[in-house]
Amino acid sequence: MACCTSSRRQFLGLVAGGAGIFTLASLPGAVFAAVPGDRRFVVVLLRGALDGMAAVAPVGDPLYQEKRGAIALKPPGGSGGTIALDHFYALHPALGAIEPYYRSGELLFVHAAGNGYHTRSHFDAQDLMETGLTIKQGESDGWLNRAIVLLQGSDKARLGLAVGGAVPLILRGKAQMASWEPQGVGAIDDDLIAALSRIYARDPLLGPALAEGIKAQAFSSSVLGDDTMVKGGKGFGPKAFAALAEAAGKLVAAPRGPRIAALDMGGWDTHVNQGAETGRLAQNMEGFAAGLDALAKAMGPAWRQTVVVAVTEFGRTVAVNGNSGTDHGTASVVFVMGGAVKGGRVAGDWPGLAQLQDNRDLRMTTDARAVMKAVLRDHFGLARNLLDTKVFPDTAALKPFGGLLRA
Amino acid sequence: MVASAAFEAVVAATRFGYAARGDELSAIAADPQGWVTRQIDQPARPAFPADLPPSQRMVAALLQMRRDKQQADRKAFNDQVRNVYFAELTARTNAAVSSPTPVIERLVHFWSNHFTVSGFRPFVRGFAFAFEREAIRPHVTGRFVDMLLAAERHPAMLLYLDNALSIGPDSIVGQRRDKGINENFGREMLELHTLGVDGGYTQADVIALARILTGWSVARLNDAEPGTFKFYPQIHEPGPKQLLGRIYAEAGEQEGIAALRDLANHPATAHHIAFKLAQHFIADAPPRAVVDQIAKVFRDTGGNLAAVSKAVVALEAAWSKPFGKVRRPDDMVTAACRAANFTPPAPFLAGSLRTLNQLPFYAPSPAGWPDDAASWVSPEAVLHRAEWCETFANRLPEPPDPIVLASATLGEALPDDTLQAIRRAPSRRNGVALLLAAPEFQRR
Repeated sequence: MACCTSSRRQFLGLVAGGAGIFTLASLPGAVFAAVPGDRRFVVVLLRGALDGMAAVAPVGDPLYQEKRGAIALKPPGGSGGTIALDHFYALHPALGAIEPYYRSGELLFVHAAGNGYHTRSHFDAQDLMETGLTIKQGESDGWLNRAIVLLQGSDKARLGLAVGGAVPLILRGKAQMASWEPQGVGAIDDDLIAALSRIYARDPLLGPALAEGIKAQAFSSSVLGDDTMVKGGKGFGPKAFAALAEAAGKLVAAPRGPRIAALDMGGWDTHVNQGAETGRLAQNMEGFAAGLDALAKAMGPAWRQTVVVAVTEFGRTVAVNGNSGTDHGTASVVFVMGGAVKGGRVAGDWPGLAQLQDNRDLRMTTDARAVMKAVLRDHFGLARNLLDTKVFPDTAALKPFGGLLRA
Repeated sequence: MVASAAFEAVVAATRFGYAARGDELSAIAADPQGWVTRQIDQPARPAFPADLPPSQRMVAALLQMRRDKQQADRKAFNDQVRNVYFAELTARTNAAVSSPTPVIERLVHFWSNHFTVSGFRPFVRGFAFAFEREAIRPHVTGRFVDMLLAAERHPAMLLYLDNALSIGPDSIVGQRRDKGINENFGREMLELHTLGVDGGYTQADVIALARILTGWSVARLNDAEPGTFKFYPQIHEPGPKQLLGRIYAEAGEQEGIAALRDLANHPATAHHIAFKLAQHFIADAPPRAVVDQIAKVFRDTGGNLAAVSKAVVALEAAWSKPFGKVRRPDDMVTAACRAANFTPPAPFLAGSLRTLNQLPFYAPSPAGWPDDAASWVSPEAVLHRAEWCETFANRLPEPPDPIVLASATLGEALPDDTLQAIRRAPSRRNGVALLLAAPEFQRR
């Protein structure tokens, strides 16, 4: 069927009038719900356990050089070396692309942050990071989905967007998500989609997904242009992340687009040859920083109303292992970035390297969920009792992280 | 809901195989369960092309490339790896498309996902398929312990999970060079390959197993058979180790073998494997009783995987309607190829599976591909599946009559409205696309 070139939007118009599957409300532009102040929130999940002490190095700690050994970063000063953040911390040179945001007060780090649980299993830890719980409780939904349910209220229009493929656990749950991924296998014939939409209607899982997919693609095409094929985003390496992050920025910035998004970046599990100023971890960090920068730039003026938080499931061992890498640890660092952020500093209490968790890991001094609570309360106005009971159940004792955002 | 024999034939062909074609369904309907179990009893061996390189050759080539570090060699090596990947992907797809025992192909794919090695670590790419042929395929109806040993001792796994470089701190080399163990292999073996994350082990057990396994590595270029398993006593951590309450006396390479045998026999392993099989073949959230029944057979037979697989097939829940599982992308693509009896060129296959987020041997982590619909069904992913079905139908050299194909593939499970939609399709290719994209084909 090479004949058919009508656009997806035309198709939507036809179906809305014809088969009655879609209503006018599902047309592009009316796809997503509104939030107070038109604020945006993007969560980046760094899967595989980022070495927080490599990203934001506590070079002022008297034990740092000795305890980290071969992978210790040199204090700021040399060319191609670390970048001073304050008298104590230095930024990894591969993260140089986000330094300007730190200088302009739009980037904050929370160091020695964990997620309130103790497991060194990537997979359990990622599940808990995404469900917002500290012990496994069978089937659970994602904390960000629960927050979205509260934010969207009675208006059931979508608010959230999964970028890059499958909907991650953090976004799964009662609230419907949109999703976007870089590239399909080829355009589909509109008559075929119309016929499929009819027979999918009886499938409780695939039916709504296809309907949402059609809407989401119409929306993302309208935002990203017909040339939505961000080819780099389909790769595996650090470069793919920058393409995804840029698309996320554009979609979240769009008028009446999604306001909350989550995306992933892997490649952090550096058991072997982690490297120091350069090397494997540095390459991954470079892609990450380029992605954050691309996301910020893609957002234009909407950046002022944006908070981006990047978290990882746990940190890595303080000492180097037998293969010039690091093993699974406890605390790491959280990145908080955006025009709405009161940044330009490293927050969180430094636990020191004299006493380690289980004699091997950086101890946790901040629960990253406190950061998330602060964003949901101060950015979106969610009430504290809802945060303590619904979004992060049984966490009344965990206060939102203070002073995170601009007043 | 109790199903008719005609419906059970569709279940047998799709839930345990890929897709029926020709007049298979009427033959299967005579004895649907027997159709599955006979394949387990008498697996066919696919005829793989003789020029697919064994892992030993590709591992040796990798070692050579790393030693030489010449830019030109690197490019030649990468080209070789890509060509091998394409040749292997074609061979593997052909095996699934043409095998008289598709159930065995499903089991091979299931088990190589259980023992994931992934091209996310780029050096794995040249021998990931060879790993499946050498360590997984021979054991899918054999004993679990044999597959466990073959998989964990395979160079692909030892390299992927970093054990090839793990050095006992008190070993001869460790004392001299201040090197240490790497926990990765021990941890993933306990969590993913044997006991499961709730299998009752501790961080101390992870370290003990890692110490036990020090020395399990890959023969280097100077060794007798480069690219094969080799035990290096000089990096093995000496002394007794305590794992899961049992003391393993110093025994070099044999320590690891003894530990793996015990792990294979552990009740937690039986439960973990039973859950994964039930989740793969029966339901995303299989009932506890179903898992217990499979686990019991695993324990009672000492991990006889033919008996365990047949225990899955014998469950009433395995024959239920409607189709509860959504096919994963690789399953959908392979089933479409089998239904149409057509293997597209490797670059198209690889591009398709990459776009559908399941390029073989590129799982994002050692946990392998997830096996539940929630991980695969997102709005755009479903749309991309439909797009793929149309693209695939457009590539068929000779599009079959879609009504005949629909009846041969879905038989009793073909609903009227899907059939009507196919009838109304404006072309054969469009009809085939509709059939493949239909919810009934997307599920199993």
